[in-house]
Amino acid sequence: MGGEKEETSSKPAFDVGAASELVGKLRGAFASGKTRSYQWRESQLKGLLKMTEEHEQEIADALHSDLAKPELESYIYEAAMLKNSCRLALKELKRWMVPEKAKTSLTTFPSSAEIVPEPLGVVLIISAWNYPYLLSLDPVVGAIAAGNALVLKPSEIAPATSSLLAKLMGEYLDTSCIRVVEGAVPETTALLEQKWDKIFYTGNGKIGRIIMAAAAKHLTPVALELGGKSPVVVDSGIDLKVSCRRIIAGKWGCNNGQACISPDYVITTREHAPKVVDALKQELEKFYGKNPLESKDLSRIVNSNHFFRLSKLLDDDKVSGKVVHGGEKDQSKLRIAPTLLLDVPRDALIMQEEIFGPLLPILTVDKIEDSFDVINSGMKPLAAYLFTNNKKLREEFVMSVSAGGLVVNDTTVHLAILSLPFGGVGESGIGAYHGKFSFDAFSHKKAVVYRGFMGDAAIRYPPYTKMKLRLLKALITGNFFAIIRAIFGLSKD
Amino acid sequence: MLTWGDCAEGGEGIVFLSFSSRMDQRGSESVALDEILSELRQTFRTGRTRPVAWRKAQLRAIIDLVQDNEERIFTALLEDLGKHPVESYRDEVGVVLKSAKQSLSCVEKWMAPKKGHLPLLFFPASGEVLPEPLGTVLIFSSWNFPISLALDPVIGAVAAGNTVVLKPSELAPACSSFLAETLPRYLDNRAVKVVTGGPNLGEQLLEQKWDKIFFTGSPQVGRIVMSAAARHLTPVTLELGGKCPTIVDTLSSTSEIKITVKRIAGGKWGPCSGQACIGIDYLLVEKKFCTMLVDLLMKTIRRFYGEGAKNMKNMCKIINKHQFERLQNLLKDPAVAASIVYGGSVDEERLLIEPTILLDPPLDAEIMTEEIFGPLLPIITLNNIQESIEFINARPKPLAMYVFTKDESFKQQLLQETSSGSVTFNDVMVQFICDSLPFGGVGQSGFGRYHGKYSFDAFSHEKAVMRRGFFPEIEPRYPPWNDFKLKFIRLAYNFDYLGLLLLMLGLKRN
Repeated sequence: MGGEKEETSSKPAFDVGAASELVGKLRGAFASGKTRSYQWRESQLKGLLKMTEEHEQEIADALHSDLAKPELESYIYEAAMLKNSCRLALKELKRWMVPEKAKTSLTTFPSSAEIVPEPLGVVLIISAWNYPYLLSLDPVVGAIAAGNALVLKPSEIAPATSSLLAKLMGEYLDTSCIRVVEGAVPETTALLEQKWDKIFYTGNGKIGRIIMAAAAKHLTPVALELGGKSPVVVDSGIDLKVSCRRIIAGKWGCNNGQACISPDYVITTREHAPKVVDALKQELEKFYGKNPLESKDLSRIVNSNHFFRLSKLLDDDKVSGKVVHGGEKDQSKLRIAPTLLLDVPRDALIMQEEIFGPLLPILTVDKIEDSFDVINSGMKPLAAYLFTNNKKLREEFVMSVSAGGLVVNDTTVHLAILSLPFGGVGESGIGAYHGKFSFDAFSHKKAVVYRGFMGDAAIRYPPYTKMKLRLLKALITGNFFAIIRAIFGLSKD
Repeated sequence: MLTWGDCAEGGEGIVFLSFSSRMDQRGSESVALDEILSELRQTFRTGRTRPVAWRKAQLRAIIDLVQDNEERIFTALLEDLGKHPVESYRDEVGVVLKSAKQSLSCVEKWMAPKKGHLPLLFFPASGEVLPEPLGTVLIFSSWNFPISLALDPVIGAVAAGNTVVLKPSELAPACSSFLAETLPRYLDNRAVKVVTGGPNLGEQLLEQKWDKIFFTGSPQVGRIVMSAAARHLTPVTLELGGKCPTIVDTLSSTSEIKITVKRIAGGKWGPCSGQACIGIDYLLVEKKFCTMLVDLLMKTIRRFYGEGAKNMKNMCKIINKHQFERLQNLLKDPAVAASIVYGGSVDEERLLIEPTILLDPPLDAEIMTEEIFGPLLPIITLNNIQESIEFINARPKPLAMYVFTKDESFKQQLLQETSSGSVTFNDVMVQFICDSLPFGGVGQSGFGRYHGKYSFDAFSHEKAVMRRGFFPEIEPRYPPWNDFKLKFIRLAYNFDYLGLLLLMLGLKRN
């Protein structure tokens, strides 16, 4: 997923001093205990919900200005998803906050134990430009639900959404505990110098490494929501029309491929490939018309840096002559048409990095089973998709392909299932969120043991004797008769 | 970046090795490491470590290993730390046995996918969370509980189906070579390896790419481990320490006071002479209660451990000269020395330090700013026990906190207003042996947790899996977009099924 720091902002400098002062204020607010109460958390979540409901149009406008995102896409993937997150948190929060009872063992009898979730403290959330509203606020929902004070640093690459967030959050939320810092590299650097209780970052692996190294200085835990090349395996003998529509919805229907869980490439058999290409072409035309550069239903490329990066992938010699559909570009409008490339060699530039745009290479293999080796020979992706009617293939896919999440016979929809953890593995990231998992991501699970003053066994204390050793062994192995024997001195050894 | 060697003064005694020797050895050791790693990666790729049978076989092997070699473990611990066999059984052998047995009986259950609830809108579909092994993992263990802190994480790693490299601490050499010698004989040696060596080996291990690094040790080295892990985006669990406070409220019942004192004396000087990450670091008590408490502590110390360093029994030695000197230096500050009310004697030859009590040492002295990790116990007096909350909150978050009190509202207040890895009321250290509780720190005391199911989770990736059919197909998901589709999606997100039906039938008005 993209999250580069590009243009520098011209706003008054937010330097290390300002960052340190800000964190100091938030620490004070957190220490006052106000963020811990259920009432505070509830009121802030309601604030977020209200803010999203009352400014739907402004949000859509900002997203249009940053990405030319179609209004419906803005609604589905940003506003509505966020509202759902807020609603779920509001509904479940009381349950999430309740300490969980834990069993205690015979060795510590009599006692009781529980696991108490507590807020981590003051957390930093750094978000990405591709879903700048949702990816900023979805982690904020978790941080608030868990009772933390927080700073959000939205991506400067989506400036309209960034400033809208700064404005609205100031109006709807408690600014003594929740703050937005806008800016680019210098501001982020100043923030990363500070000691946080958690850093939650959405973006790319390059910056992810910088974040984690900065966090290491203060022993701060991190969640890194990154991306990767998410593959789609297309088997034969399936409903190809439905499959292709679902691929298109996940690829071009998600911010024109600029999404961390968008399909990155397709793998299918040599034999089946022409049919897949035909079906994709047909459905693409139905969705976006004959001239997709003019379609209102496709986002543009976010900026010229990314436009050139994507152009370079297409200009690579290794893919020349491989484009079987699309390929049109309009530099002035930063638009690239949905583009299919067939039989792309695996050493081509486009197969070396996450594409994050409207280009879809199709790799071919002899047997569909070979596609799992192709996937497993690369970095672990954030998502992997399979279209098949073959049960055996499906189970093999589930067991052998490692990715953040897997979907069979659809793409990207797992993102909307709040009962599933969303997060990567390996290069695609560390830590997961969504629903209860968001609450957990921003909570410390404090182990609590309650003991009385009774039931003290002398075996715990020195002076140590052989008899104590025997009793301990019996206790730990849970052998009731051995315990009795040891107590009565009947043990043989 | 800070190097491992720079932390020679670190709390957990990472000894500095000269750079020249490191340079000389690097060549050959790196080659060997590469081979070990590629073998482990190959083993993992073949899927050998995934079946439940393999995992159970490894767990059984760990049980056999400690049972068959109990005497050797006692001997090694006696040699490295002067640990008494009862203590060794209680804190090492027993801990490993209990943990391995629990994992053995639960691993199949832990491996089963958990169903996730799906909205009707996605019908027919199923969602589940499937735990999968991370791959090849690296475990660094520490010298104070050199058997249990090495094998306990290994139990989690193999239960979760990973291949493992264990690097035991070189500061407990007898235990380290015991592990290196026996682990390959009992466990699948194509999947589990032990490497032994000093800080230079540690650095070389950190240059490699791992799927997880599990570290037990000091915050200083923890930082190095995490910085190195960042280069490969490797997730880490850091089990660190910190100054664990023990609050003793003014108790009225004599028997309760006696039990409190026994538990404190057993918990402070029992496990590895206070060289324990969850050991009691200092006490907080009310002034009026202090004299009685100190008197009782002294009596109990004499009964448990004897008097004077020369006559001590049932206590571990200090791990090495370096740590011994570090602890002695803590007492050298004249203001600190003046605060000693009991003990203070040492036996330099046997590296023993007598249980030592200090009353109100200066708060800015090193003994109150650094983790003590040894048999010295400062007691800080307060006017009111309520002040303990502020005292604790003014310092880094500890790994554990112990509170002796009968006041229920004080208990709740502490839980709400302070933060620590764990809180134990009216006892010490017992939280460590509750497998149902997560064990791990927060803030300066580390992050990530293990024990029981949490160990399995620490070495697993929770893969979200969603299965769908091809029908029915929801048309409004797809462009070209229009008003109808927007309305549909609005209703769908609200799970307003009636509204959806009306909309489909053309009966819905705005």
